[in-house]
Amino acid sequence: MLQLILYNVTNGLIIGAFYVLLALGLSLILNLSNVINFAHGNFLALGGYFAYLLTPHLGYWGALLIAPAMTAALGFVIERLMIRRVYSRDPVYSLLLTFGLAFILQDACRFIWGPNGLPLGIPDVLSQPVSADLFFITYYRIFMGAIVVVAVIGLFAFLRYSRVGVRIRAGTLDLDTVAALGVNVRLLRAINFAVGCLLAGLAGVLAAGQIGLNPNMGDDLLMPSFIAIIVGGVGSLTGTLIGGLLIGVASALTTVVYPAGSEAVIYVIMALVLLIKPRGLMGEEGMLT
Amino acid sequence: MSSATSIPVIAKRPVEHHYLPLMAVWLVLLTLPLWLPMLGGYTALGARVLVLGLVAMSLNLLLGFTGVMSFGHAAYFGLGAYGAGLTLKFVAASTPLALLAGTLLGGVAGTLFGLLIVRRRGVYFAMVTIAFGQICYYIAYRWNDLTGGFDGLRGFSRAPIDLGFATIDIQHNDTLFYFFLLFMFAVAIGLMGLILRSPFGRTLIAIRENQRRARFLGIPVERHIWLSFSLSCCFAALAGSLYALLNNFADPLSLHYTLSGEIVIMTVLGGMRCFWGPLLGAAVFVVVQDYASSMTENWMSIVGLVFVLSVLFFPRGLLGVLQRRDAK
Repeated sequence: MLQLILYNVTNGLIIGAFYVLLALGLSLILNLSNVINFAHGNFLALGGYFAYLLTPHLGYWGALLIAPAMTAALGFVIERLMIRRVYSRDPVYSLLLTFGLAFILQDACRFIWGPNGLPLGIPDVLSQPVSADLFFITYYRIFMGAIVVVAVIGLFAFLRYSRVGVRIRAGTLDLDTVAALGVNVRLLRAINFAVGCLLAGLAGVLAAGQIGLNPNMGDDLLMPSFIAIIVGGVGSLTGTLIGGLLIGVASALTTVVYPAGSEAVIYVIMALVLLIKPRGLMGEEGMLT
Repeated sequence: MSSATSIPVIAKRPVEHHYLPLMAVWLVLLTLPLWLPMLGGYTALGARVLVLGLVAMSLNLLLGFTGVMSFGHAAYFGLGAYGAGLTLKFVAASTPLALLAGTLLGGVAGTLFGLLIVRRRGVYFAMVTIAFGQICYYIAYRWNDLTGGFDGLRGFSRAPIDLGFATIDIQHNDTLFYFFLLFMFAVAIGLMGLILRSPFGRTLIAIRENQRRARFLGIPVERHIWLSFSLSCCFAALAGSLYALLNNFADPLSLHYTLSGEIVIMTVLGGMRCFWGPLLGAAVFVVVQDYASSMTENWMSIVGLVFVLSVLFFPRGLLGVLQRRDAK
């Protein structure tokens, strides 16, 4: 029984880590540009497929570094070409635009790499279990956890100490003032979008090593990431982080007791949070209303 | 920011009194079973347009006339479908009862969720509506015993309507069923038109144009948005129940947020501030989707392109562009 619970908690933390990476990227874009990126799950899938392309040439480690960067570059281009055109319009347009983009990107993946699942090879070192008793904790899972922790710390450090990061945070609070102070806001938004895609791409590479690749691998992760943002509170990245881990573990623990309720519990948590704290756990007064 | 400073200009009434276009619309809809087969279509396609047009018009009550963006309308549409299907399967083989049950199920769910949703604004409102929509999706998806899970709810069919002196056999005669749909559609949008012309409807438009001013005038904005949301959900649920009757089938994908997105694009594509816009949008979207999915495996790209192109190049929608030209 203990082993079962431990197994599910580990699973929950891993899945929660994916939610966190995806949700942090979504949250960045939402906070600065007021855009919900429906295509975020497809950027995740693309990250995985880029790694699949690169692994034969660069090996796993090279792919782990380059594939997220490629995803970010693609995100930058798409932001410059399309998404920037709808910033000044009613939010419904940005939603529809990214919605259509999600359709196109998913279909493109299916067209290029086929509808069936593909495996992404991981180094042999990582695929060993840590011990015979805890067979489900492979080194890969520990490695994934470590990467996610590093990425999250890196993101917060970037936002706190780098010049661009500080500007992003300032822009979240008041973009007009930031623009008036002479910051190139258009570039800032594009960079911000690219950082969001970088996180999605990284999640994609990690997820591909665990569950394999398929064109709609991001779909199941997207909705919980939304919930993570709502639960954590729009406007707060720390909230998103807590929200992601919370729903990941809660959903995994529900699997032990009542498997059919593993998705439902995510929504129950959301409804409860909205009832008790309408702005989310760490949402700030007056943001995005 | 800009909405607070600019002076809203409402040059036209939402429901216009140009009788000629209005008659043309009804004429087209009434004669549809005659000419659609000649163009290579089929009556069920016309029925789909009517049903999806109705749900898009119900969304427009919210999106176009209250200025609030719901991205989860498929949930209430799907609840309507399941409500009607379950009634026909387990309660009684009565079409009116099924429609009533479906509409009530979706409407009540919308009203309850609305309580939690209405205080949110803008993108956040959209996000919370998606999330609540997905609750309904997962319930339908997981509650195998009742809903049939992923395979959908089967094993029911619409029943003939007994008027006492005559029976209308909508069960076997597809053309008769189309006219039944058209009748329900007419009743629903007639009601919608009345709502929009009433003082309540005018207040909704005031809220859309300038929420802050509306609040200063003493209008209880939240309560109006909530009411508008509930009404919109009722109409969406009615459309959903009709959809279940049309297909004799209800599946969980009819609750999924993908359909919600499609409903929004129909509304925007047709013209989201025009009363008839969503119907036109639904017609265009259904035909494009039907044609694309019969022609190519990559129909998703084509549907996605419809989204992207209409957002980038026709933000006012087809009717919006026409009306603008008319005004000049």
